[in-house]
Amino acid sequence: MWRPYSQEPDSRSLLELRSVMEKQIQLCTFRLGKLLLGIDVLSVQEVIKCPALTPVPLAPSEIEGLLNLRGQILTAIDLRRQFSLPEDAGANDGAKMLIIVRTRKVEAALIVDSVGDVIDVSDETFEQAAVNVPASVRPYIVGVHKLEKRLLHVLDAEATASISSSPTL
Amino acid sequence: MSDENFDDFQAELVKDFLLESSEGLESFDQDLLVIEKGECDTNLLNQVFRVVHTIKGTAGCLGFGRIESIAHTGENVLSLMRDGELESTPEIADSLLKLSDALRAMLEVIETSGSDETAGDYSDLKSILDAIKDGQIVTSGPEPKVEETLDEADSQTPPAAGANVGWGFFEDEPAHAESEICAPDESSAWGLFEEEDTTVSEKLVQKAIAVAALPKEPAAAKAESISSASVRVDVALLDGLMNMVGELVLSRNQLLQLSYQRSITPSDVSTLSQRFNQVTTELQQGIMKTRMQQIGTVWGKYPRIVRDLASDLGKRVELETFGADTELDRTIIEAIKDPLTHIIRNAVDHGIESPAVREAAGKSESAQLLMRAFHEAGQVNIEIIDDGAGIDGNKICGKALEKGLIDVEEAGRLSDREKINLIFLPGFSTAEKLSNVSGRGVGMDVVKTNIEKIGGSVDIHSVCGEGTTLRIKIPLTLAIVAALVVKSGNQRFAIPQVNLVELVRINADDIEEAIEMVYDAPVFRLRGKLLPLVFLDQFLGLPLGNREKRSSVSIAVLRADSQDYGLVVDVVSDTEEIVVKPLGKQLSNLPIYAGATIMGDGSVAIILDAVGVASRAGVLGVAQKVNDSRLNAVEDILDAGEKVPLILFSLAGWENLAVPLEAAERLEEFDPSVIESSGGVESVHYRGSIMQLLRLGDLLGVKTRYEGSNREQVIVYKCGERYLGIVVGENRDIVEQSLKLENIGSRPYIKGSAIINGRITDLVDVEAILARAGLKELAGTA
Repeated sequence: MWRPYSQEPDSRSLLELRSVMEKQIQLCTFRLGKLLLGIDVLSVQEVIKCPALTPVPLAPSEIEGLLNLRGQILTAIDLRRQFSLPEDAGANDGAKMLIIVRTRKVEAALIVDSVGDVIDVSDETFEQAAVNVPASVRPYIVGVHKLEKRLLHVLDAEATASISSSPTL
Repeated sequence: MSDENFDDFQAELVKDFLLESSEGLESFDQDLLVIEKGECDTNLLNQVFRVVHTIKGTAGCLGFGRIESIAHTGENVLSLMRDGELESTPEIADSLLKLSDALRAMLEVIETSGSDETAGDYSDLKSILDAIKDGQIVTSGPEPKVEETLDEADSQTPPAAGANVGWGFFEDEPAHAESEICAPDESSAWGLFEEEDTTVSEKLVQKAIAVAALPKEPAAAKAESISSASVRVDVALLDGLMNMVGELVLSRNQLLQLSYQRSITPSDVSTLSQRFNQVTTELQQGIMKTRMQQIGTVWGKYPRIVRDLASDLGKRVELETFGADTELDRTIIEAIKDPLTHIIRNAVDHGIESPAVREAAGKSESAQLLMRAFHEAGQVNIEIIDDGAGIDGNKICGKALEKGLIDVEEAGRLSDREKINLIFLPGFSTAEKLSNVSGRGVGMDVVKTNIEKIGGSVDIHSVCGEGTTLRIKIPLTLAIVAALVVKSGNQRFAIPQVNLVELVRINADDIEEAIEMVYDAPVFRLRGKLLPLVFLDQFLGLPLGNREKRSSVSIAVLRADSQDYGLVVDVVSDTEEIVVKPLGKQLSNLPIYAGATIMGDGSVAIILDAVGVASRAGVLGVAQKVNDSRLNAVEDILDAGEKVPLILFSLAGWENLAVPLEAAERLEEFDPSVIESSGGVESVHYRGSIMQLLRLGDLLGVKTRYEGSNREQVIVYKCGERYLGIVVGENRDIVEQSLKLENIGSRPYIKGSAIINGRITDLVDVEAILARAGLKELAGTA
């Protein structure tokens, strides 16, 4: 079961719920084509509109460029390319969003199509990624939450941000 | 909850205590050394007393009983001295210095473990101090009987004692750390100290210190201790900064107001931007100042190190420092700390002779060691000058030969200065016998790499018998560098000015003639020498765009690993001071970039790494690189300038090639019909045996057959009893030419290029080809 955070009617019951299920976390959701993905809010610093990027020649193709975030240079990663999704033919151009991810080890800006709500999910709905998920994507996807109508893919923030093929520990 | 708060509070207090105490002890040592010399005024004594007193008081408050009690005994002695009841003697000063060592060791234990329970037992030190207080120890003499047993005790001291923080420099260098620990006489590292006239109890103290140093090892591995995690800033400077920030806020308000206005005149904007410019410039300078530290903060500990070392080695050294108020960025100060210590130790250990030797050489018994720091041309110079034995270039050279770091031929070509500079080669140590102090074979090369890492340079001058001067040049700050901003493929890049040698501009009309090709590698003749070129847009795979239309191109001549190459860019914009920002981890495997910077308009520009670009573009010749590391010795006989006969020939699609005539046996012509092919190998009957043919074109990757000629031109090589034929296009000429080879790119089977008869000609590496045909060993005897 999931409810958007704002619609939670009784905060006490939420607290109780939390105490029962320790693994209740909040995910920042976003879309990438038809995929619904989520990333732990604790590793999301902020969400901004995508500014002009400075391309990095000879870099891996998923690196879209560099941006200046208040004096810090961040690497922008095109998640579509990282997940081998087809290029979006300008349908969303200009409205692309950046999710600034900051973990203890790494920081990056993830380019996504659009950003959705922050939602609460619990361990109950979670399941490991299916075995037939391609190996190229596997390191980044921790698993899925079975929501009412669709599946929410949970990303490993650190692995995604560091473009490492092996999950970081 | 409240417990947690209390713990936090306590931790905060402990941190303050550690910070304060280590700062206090720093000055404590310096002051004590002055007192030891006999110049003690009340002021100084008061200061020393206060340090110990504060430590005692705070430690008591925080419940560090051990520190409190030992500081208390020290305080007793000091208070007697302060009141004039006790005269300062070297012995007292010595035990007080040991007190500071002990306190420091205990503080470090607290920093790692959080309590002083494990801090070792200093009851011996305490008893000495008590004895001093009671006036029992006034003088001390040798007591050989007991010392014997002590030596035994010393040898049982765990070896790790030698790796104690102050002594184990460059701990990030695993080999060094290892050798430091493995050294056979390690356990006496501290025992060596003042062997002649140590009192029994002092010996014990040393042992106690050595034992106490044990738990310090993990702490030493820690990158930054608490004492380097914070800075003290002058209040006036801070006030100034606050003032500027206030101004900045006011300017922002003005800007906001301006943005609400319906019509904005250019003059409004220019007034405001001027104001912003002023405020931010001052703010920048102010902040830079807070990061600046006097070099004296590092130098402070050297008098103590020199004193201990000198007495350890039975030498007499007077250390003088000048320019301790020279300011440097704190990151740089941190970075030069260890190299400097190493140099000082080297100077005292190797440079300065023992008093007897000095006297024999007609010098004063006590040696002079001078440290100077000063600003010059936007850089900080640090000089370490000693009047010791100096460095014997020939001895160094012999040592390098012995270790196989250079060969005889190279050695013969070295100038005196180059010989001395050999000590910077990796794996070099001249100490005739290993001492505990320095000379474990990793030393100066680590110093050099560490200093070069922060953009500095080291230079050494020495006159044998008169002394050595070591000069270090380092930039003021790492964060802001001067850079050349260039444009290529519509993108801006910054090139650090340090790498830039010169700029060359070529008009569009002249491009065709000016840029010549060696096969497919572009070169430019810069004052008669061939300069390999890298087209930045092509190299980076940028859109080439309207190359035809541009009116000129610029070549930035860059130096990488002391080899020059030209980077061809579309436009050279400007030189600017840029702020270097690191790139994200995702790009860490791209050595062609040194970082990024934010330009005036807020956009990001990438900083190119001259060395990275050169090695990726393949303009760093392998031979040349080896050359550099061996201090520009000559690479090849061909380079020596004597005239060499050459066969000139051409291949289809590769006009000018040459091979040395000497190695060739004969030149032959074969009709294609006599060439037999079996199993992909072409061969001919030749002088009663079978000769394998190799087509040079295949090896070099150009067209195989020379069109229009029905005879194959073959250069025959004889290796032992076997023949090998290299099929070339057309033999053109044989010339005698003194070769000056230049390495342009690293291409297989090409040794380098030279200008022969006014044409750029590539010299084929015959030996590599023979090696490929499996005739390499024979090639030498042919």
